[in-house]
Amino acid sequence: MNELITLNHGGGGKASQDLIKNIFIKSFGDPRSILSDSAILKIDSNKIACTTDSFVIDPIFFPGGDIGKLAVCGTVNDLAVSGAVPKYLTVSFILEEGLPIKDLKRIVESISVQAKLANIKIVAGDTKVVNNGKCDKIFINTTGIGIFENDYTYIGSGEKVSVGDKLLVNGTIGDHSIAVLGARNELDFKTDIQSDCACLNELIQSVLKAGKRVKFMRDVTRGGLATVLNELVGIVNLGLELEEKEIPVKESVRGLCEVLGFDPLYLANEGKVLMVVHPDDAEGVIEILNKNLLGIESRIIGEVVSDHPGMVIGKTEIGGKRIINMLQGEQLPRIC
Amino acid sequence: MKFIDEYRDAEIVEIISKRLSRFRDLDISLMEVCGGHTMAIHRFGIPSLLAKGIKLISGPGCPVCVSSISFIDKAILCSGIDNVIITTYGDLIRVPGSKSSLENEKSKGADIRIVYSTLEALRIAQANRDKKVVFLGIGFETTAPASAVAIQKAFEENISNFYLLSAHKIMPPVMEALLNDKVRIDGFICPGHVSAITGSRIYNFIPEKYRIACVVTGFEPMDLMQSIEMLVNQVVDRSPKVQIQYSRAVTMEGNTKAQAIMNEIFETRNDYWRGIGEIPNSGLRLKNKYKNYDAELIFDIKVDVENENSACICGDILRGLKTPKDCKLFNKVCSPSNPIGACMVSSEGACAAYYKYGSYE
Repeated sequence: MNELITLNHGGGGKASQDLIKNIFIKSFGDPRSILSDSAILKIDSNKIACTTDSFVIDPIFFPGGDIGKLAVCGTVNDLAVSGAVPKYLTVSFILEEGLPIKDLKRIVESISVQAKLANIKIVAGDTKVVNNGKCDKIFINTTGIGIFENDYTYIGSGEKVSVGDKLLVNGTIGDHSIAVLGARNELDFKTDIQSDCACLNELIQSVLKAGKRVKFMRDVTRGGLATVLNELVGIVNLGLELEEKEIPVKESVRGLCEVLGFDPLYLANEGKVLMVVHPDDAEGVIEILNKNLLGIESRIIGEVVSDHPGMVIGKTEIGGKRIINMLQGEQLPRIC
Repeated sequence: MKFIDEYRDAEIVEIISKRLSRFRDLDISLMEVCGGHTMAIHRFGIPSLLAKGIKLISGPGCPVCVSSISFIDKAILCSGIDNVIITTYGDLIRVPGSKSSLENEKSKGADIRIVYSTLEALRIAQANRDKKVVFLGIGFETTAPASAVAIQKAFEENISNFYLLSAHKIMPPVMEALLNDKVRIDGFICPGHVSAITGSRIYNFIPEKYRIACVVTGFEPMDLMQSIEMLVNQVVDRSPKVQIQYSRAVTMEGNTKAQAIMNEIFETRNDYWRGIGEIPNSGLRLKNKYKNYDAELIFDIKVDVENENSACICGDILRGLKTPKDCKLFNKVCSPSNPIGACMVSSEGACAAYYKYGSYE
């Protein structure tokens, strides 16, 4: 009965992963390869990172960002969490007939500003226009190229992760989801929550350049922190233990989660990175992160353990324990 | 966060947990009959804090889970009629009917919209006068008043293109049905939100007639721990009664205004509960005065009777006879991304809660 694509396949959780595994990898790739944020390409003796991403957000302007800013940040972050320094970006637009030129200008300006901030050069692009109703205002695809100043290629594969390593996150989770939901005007609530949409390359480079032992990184986007943590245990076959009360969540986000029945662990972010760091370096990394505006609320949220391999266990705020699974289906508000 | 953190105090939870540890040699089964409780119990890891002798079982508290397959089939038939817009709470979208789900119909092109309130559905009707807007009304005494308000508003404002397909149900008949079944229940963790509407007195027959403990419970970990202790004490003292732990929201009388509008709009009927069967006077349909808003009467959506997957034990799970772990399909063919039974579909369903949060001890 599931022979059609449903919105669930785009949610970033289990259905998305199954789609990648059963359709794309089957035709394109090596089933043993690790699915990381960027591909590592070898050209002669040089290694470069390459990633691509498409952006279809509704609404195209939201508190804290817009589809253009998102398109730059998303791709820059995928490169940065692979340990690469972002260098070049391509941007392609699919535009719906009837899109106001002033909206396009605003988005393009936003792309330009973000690219300058992230120190990434826009080198190629493409534009297509489709009939009214055949896409929703504007879709953007970006491809990014980054270089490695050191051999950080192990960061994407997680091969150095070991028991005792600490889990770090650079700030409050869930802001992006709630900001976008609020901007949709469907829920009859108004919030002052801004999306966390931001380029993290400078923040990440500051940690790597200090020589801190970062063993794994991934940006926390669709599917939320819970999904990234489950991807990690899938790769390393160790267990993770989370201290849920240490996970930073804004009061207002927490409040809305209570009302809507969401779990912040599954909400999307656009400016958050999960780092797995050697235990002796964890405090040092927090100090470095704290110096950057994008990391002032950084926290150690848990550690890698040898128990329950392949499983993420959360120690709840009241001292109970629960299994934290990957996102299954879109999170939907409770109904009773 | 104010009014939340006070009820999530780890120290107090630990004190109650220690006090409960002396009951480890007992064998007490407590049933929650509210999906919100099932979720909270697993989200906070409550079972890992209880003495071995205290068992929590999940009853038929998730409205999505107990809605019959024929209800989904009727909704799907509705969605295929020209110029019909289906409006629904999100959880129903993925519930499997006998052949398809609303999610699948939506991907095939049916106009199915997720709404967060009945009034939003009514606004869609007002904005699309040339279409027929059907709202899928599910839920217990908590959501039924909201459907009633929408129907009343449609009636008063003469919005004639709005219809309700009702699967609304009420709690007491199913609780009584469980007590007459072979399920062993020593006490009910009575629903908090339902009771805020109905008042706690709807449970009075349970200790009086069946000598079973009842505590109306809130949704925070301290609420649950405190209620579990109150229930265990009632069982140990052999003094079953209805107590209100959730006194910050629930009274004996309940919300009389909400009760009045429900009585104005709805009347009871025999209704089918997935996995349990037909229970007399357990469902709500629109009264004759509002028959022009009843989707079942207006549209031609007759469907065959129930046709459930025979390996699925949702029925036994909903009746508390088995847990999701007893199911052959659980976490194999049946998972939240490919739900076979209804308990896996809603985030409030027992299987989905087990899948998502587990009980890691």
